[in-house]
Amino acid sequence: MTMREKIEEAASRYPDQRSAIMPALLIAQREHGHLPGPVLEEVAGILGVERIWVYELATFYTLFHTEPVGIFHLQLCDNVSCMLCRSEDLLRHLEEVLGINKGGTTPDGLFTLSTVECLGACEMAPVMQVGDDYHGDLDIARIDALLGRLRATVRQATGADLVAPGPPGE
Amino acid sequence: MFEPVLLKNLDVPDGHLLATYEAGGGYRALAKALRERTPDEIIDLVKKSNLRGRGGAGFPTGLKWSFVPKRAGKPKYLCCNADEGEPGTFKDRIIMERDPHQLIEGMAISAYAIGAETAYVYIRGEYTLAIARLEQAIAEADAKGYLGTRILGSDFSFVVHIHCGAGAYICGEETAMLDSLEGKRAQPRLKPPFPAVEGLYASPTVINNVETLACVPHIVARGADWFRDIGPDKSPGPKLYCLSGQVRKPGLYELPMGIPLRELVCDYAGGPLPGRKLKAVIPGGVSAPLIPERGLDVGMDFDSLAAAGSMLGSAGVIVIDDSTCIVKVATRIIEFFHHESCGKCTPCREGLNWVVKVLRRVEAGQGEPGDLEQLEALCKGIFGNTFCALGDGAAMGLRAALAHFGDEFVAHIEERRCPFH
Repeated sequence: MTMREKIEEAASRYPDQRSAIMPALLIAQREHGHLPGPVLEEVAGILGVERIWVYELATFYTLFHTEPVGIFHLQLCDNVSCMLCRSEDLLRHLEEVLGINKGGTTPDGLFTLSTVECLGACEMAPVMQVGDDYHGDLDIARIDALLGRLRATVRQATGADLVAPGPPGE
Repeated sequence: MFEPVLLKNLDVPDGHLLATYEAGGGYRALAKALRERTPDEIIDLVKKSNLRGRGGAGFPTGLKWSFVPKRAGKPKYLCCNADEGEPGTFKDRIIMERDPHQLIEGMAISAYAIGAETAYVYIRGEYTLAIARLEQAIAEADAKGYLGTRILGSDFSFVVHIHCGAGAYICGEETAMLDSLEGKRAQPRLKPPFPAVEGLYASPTVINNVETLACVPHIVARGADWFRDIGPDKSPGPKLYCLSGQVRKPGLYELPMGIPLRELVCDYAGGPLPGRKLKAVIPGGVSAPLIPERGLDVGMDFDSLAAAGSMLGSAGVIVIDDSTCIVKVATRIIEFFHHESCGKCTPCREGLNWVVKVLRRVEAGQGEPGDLEQLEALCKGIFGNTFCALGDGAAMGLRAALAHFGDEFVAHIEERRCPFH
């Protein structure tokens, strides 16, 4: 299905097109990696809603990214349960091995590092979400192994250590 | 001996599939409700059971349903609050991942009771496995005639849609969730009108938590008396407790409502980590004021915890041991509330901003004399002066930390450093 078809299908679940903005933005973000202005305009056009309605949702909800993010978005929980299980040590380690600060993206566009509020998986704290997947009971060795696996998936897909410069969607 | 019902399928292979659910008696309660009970009889049954909302507020579920006007002249809606964002809470995610049909059956019976033909499940966007499992379960239930038109040969028709959230804690507040579902920024509405009268698209709407809805099929199948016989009469039933933090066996436990907090932490969850002592426990997600070790004999139910100055909330039980600085915990909690404040009302938006600034400098050893009085004054300015409970939760939590561990705050200011570093 094209993005338009997916959005139209989602919109059919609601009596009011405005309700479909959130699902449409999630669909558009999966398609484009992030939500730059032209994509927001396109969503508004498909749904036939005010552009400002689309912009205000894209900037209110934290899962929407109006700026590019890396291929792998490392979202480390630092809320109380994870903090009590030493998530700070993991953040420091990630900043060190990736050479970026929290909020940054590696120059090769592979990794964006963020801290996030509770992921709702405190039974496996400390926990980090990467893409769709949760990784729990983390320690430094497991983080290193995970980064290695993520790099390997890119190597397999591209046959090279590094992908083209710049984050996806550029 | 307590028999778990909500987590019966937790460790059953393929517990999320319809065949497993049916083999364990699934959807028989729906059939019983549609064939043998009127909608009003279901509402009365749930009222008699004393089921109270598991999302945090503990409002009586049957009473909430009874507020929906019988003749509205508009469609009615059921919304399932699956936007589990209260830090320390993961019970709804596990229900949806491991036993989603339990929720779907609960929604179908509840919708029948209130006369709704459409439900939206507002689920956290991060919960990708739960979303996939729920989508699959809805498709299975639809194919088998447990959802759709004229369900099981009755006159009742009902569809369930999934609506993914996008990372806003405030959507757990039911009127903010409705605004979000309508495609707006999530901000709480002024009440009244209450959602039962004027909710989604200005139509009568009931919003129930995942665990609340999952209790409904069991009440229909086993009766109101069975439910009321578990735990305290005014706050009964099986309950899911989420254990996390500095504890040996973190995880999800199903036990009677009212179980002593100490027994839950020390006996079931194995107590503190080796060589450590318990210091405090947050009993109901970070909105619930912490309880110091000496207070842990309190029962885990709505009324006992309220009497003890805390709340059951979402039953997200966060265990804190003696290696941890309470100022740091309090700062992190207020940072969370500040981040998640929707910005609608000034006491919460601005007040929490000030509280964060003061707490951060105290934690960093740069606190000043008068800072603790300043924090108390700010709490006073926030508590009771906000649209929704977000600001109240922040203020209550900070007040409890100051009341029980004031000496740690004082030490940070006097020693100009964190005594735990």
